[in-house]
Amino acid sequence: MKRFQLLVLGGLVAAAAAACSSKPQTTPAPVAEAPPDTSGEVARRAAEEAERTRQDAARRAAEEAERAARQRIADSLAAMGRGSEAVRTLFATMIHFDFDKANIHTDDAAILDQKVNVMQANPQVTIRVTGNCDERGSDEYNLALGNRRAVSAKQYMTSHGIDAGRIATASNGKERPIDSGHNEAGWAKNRNDQFDIVAGGDALKQP
Amino acid sequence: MRRDAPLLVALALGAAARPGAAQDTSRIDRGVRIGIIYRPGVRPGLVVLPAAAVPDSLRAIIARDLDYSDRFELITLPGGDSIRFATAAPPAAPAPPAAGRTGTSGAGPKPASTAAAATGLNYPLYQALGADFAVILTTAKPDSTIVTVHDVAAGGVRREFRAHLPPPAAPGFRMAVHRVADRILDAALGAAGTAASRVLVVLDGKVYSIDQDGADVKLVSASEHVALSPAWAPDGRRFAYMEFWQGRGRLFVHDLATGKRAAVAVVGQALDFTPAFSPDGKTLAFSRGNEEGTDIYTVNVKDDCCLQRLTVGRFADNLSPVYSPDGQRLAFVSTRAGAPQIYTMAADGTDQQLFAPFDYGVTGASYAPDWSPDGQSVAFHRDVGGTYQVFVLDVRTRAVRQLTSVGRNEDPTWAPDSRHMAFVSDRSGIRQLWIVDVETGRIRALETQGGARLPAWSPRLPETTTSTP
Repeated sequence: MKRFQLLVLGGLVAAAAAACSSKPQTTPAPVAEAPPDTSGEVARRAAEEAERTRQDAARRAAEEAERAARQRIADSLAAMGRGSEAVRTLFATMIHFDFDKANIHTDDAAILDQKVNVMQANPQVTIRVTGNCDERGSDEYNLALGNRRAVSAKQYMTSHGIDAGRIATASNGKERPIDSGHNEAGWAKNRNDQFDIVAGGDALKQP
Repeated sequence: MRRDAPLLVALALGAAARPGAAQDTSRIDRGVRIGIIYRPGVRPGLVVLPAAAVPDSLRAIIARDLDYSDRFELITLPGGDSIRFATAAPPAAPAPPAAGRTGTSGAGPKPASTAAAATGLNYPLYQALGADFAVILTTAKPDSTIVTVHDVAAGGVRREFRAHLPPPAAPGFRMAVHRVADRILDAALGAAGTAASRVLVVLDGKVYSIDQDGADVKLVSASEHVALSPAWAPDGRRFAYMEFWQGRGRLFVHDLATGKRAAVAVVGQALDFTPAFSPDGKTLAFSRGNEEGTDIYTVNVKDDCCLQRLTVGRFADNLSPVYSPDGQRLAFVSTRAGAPQIYTMAADGTDQQLFAPFDYGVTGASYAPDWSPDGQSVAFHRDVGGTYQVFVLDVRTRAVRQLTSVGRNEDPTWAPDSRHMAFVSDRSGIRQLWIVDVETGRIRALETQGGARLPAWSPRLPETTTSTP
């Protein structure tokens, strides 16, 4: 855009230069040949000048309007981005599970309700739910348990009106702990469902 | 309670000779013996004699293999190599002592070797030391070793064979020596050994291979994805395993000779895990987690076709399938009764039933079954007081017995002799691979690195080097 403006400016300068340089060539002739016509010439120049001024003003106004419009779009984009970020943060909230269990806690249901609202307000969004387990269980069994935890959340959300095709499930078993603590505090954090937006998450509307 | 324990005369040094003459005395009145000696709680003794011109590593590897077979009492000769001169002294000096340090100049036993060895070995001496068998290694040519297995009590040669061994630095050397150890075991007791086998194990998300004696730890498969659950193909040349791809599980079959792997062609973007080969190597059973839970499927890996679902879990998970050695049945884990327990079904998915009995609400959750190669037992681990212990189910009687009690012990895998078992234990403070002899309870650590998971013991490995009698 800026480049374009520069080009336009450059063009104007060139045109002005051309006008100036042509003047000395044209003026000597009228002065020599037709002095009585001076008033008409003056009027014509004045008219040209007025016309040029008017065009400049119009162009400046148009440029100003365009700049303002661009600013408005940028501002609204930023605002929307801030909104998306908030929604995204909300959406990333994990839910947690008891040891060797995959049922949704009642207080975690509220978290899932928020996600349901977000998905309803943003019908373009598709997500992935990934179940995780703490380090205590059997390695291979935990893959199935993590899967069941992911499926639990999906079932909750589909039963609240979200199309099943918008929610993929996955399991990390106990392979991706987010807390390295070998104690109940760490384990409790690692028994979770994580929610990722797979597609349609560029601009999220507040529910 | 009979226990066979041939005595190999191993030449470890040290004063830890056998506990005294009492045993030796008792051995004298054994009377007629045919091959294997059965004594309650006592294993036959065996000595691997030191021999000039035989690389010590060769003798050491064989002696260790025979020790790890847990079928012999390896005899330590008092005074170390001095025993060699004692045996050399008798009339016609036998090949091993006489060979001397000049390599093969001793010219070995020749055709009369058996007779020479038989007459040359001081049987009464070894008998007095508690040896029932004595093994003599003789280097005939640089790449050829003559192995003589003496039956000490019978006073004769049990078997003699020639083994071609690659140079000690060659990659196939150790495995070739392990095969020699297995042949010695076969000669002495008629039993098939496990010396020529390896264990696959997951370390730090990658699959490693370790010889059963702990040597030769090798990275065999690695990518940027976490690998889990290696499972041998019955030919011992390939293994299947699972890799994590963003919460999904993909199955691969890795060819050990070429180092290449191929993805198992199964439709769908699911969580596929715990692969297990059928005994004919054509079918792969595995667990698939998806929105319906986790269920067991099979796929034909020979023709890459024919995905078949064996279980319908609905509200239960079914996973960790493993074939019986005759290929007729599968053992697996199911949560259909609540806590995970061990079940069995026909290979086509019919006749599903509880396998390892449990008391509802009392017995801990059970996981990770592995069917022994002889078909008689299924090992698994079970929650006992908040930690895991290894159990063995007797397939015929359905009796379950606990095998471990120290620390957390899990993911057992049978050796090809159906007598040894590798499993993961933290009994030493770190998660290591351990091997237990189910018969005697003798236990040893296989690797010391820590962080070992999900071991898979190979079948007897196919020949890679020539070894002819």
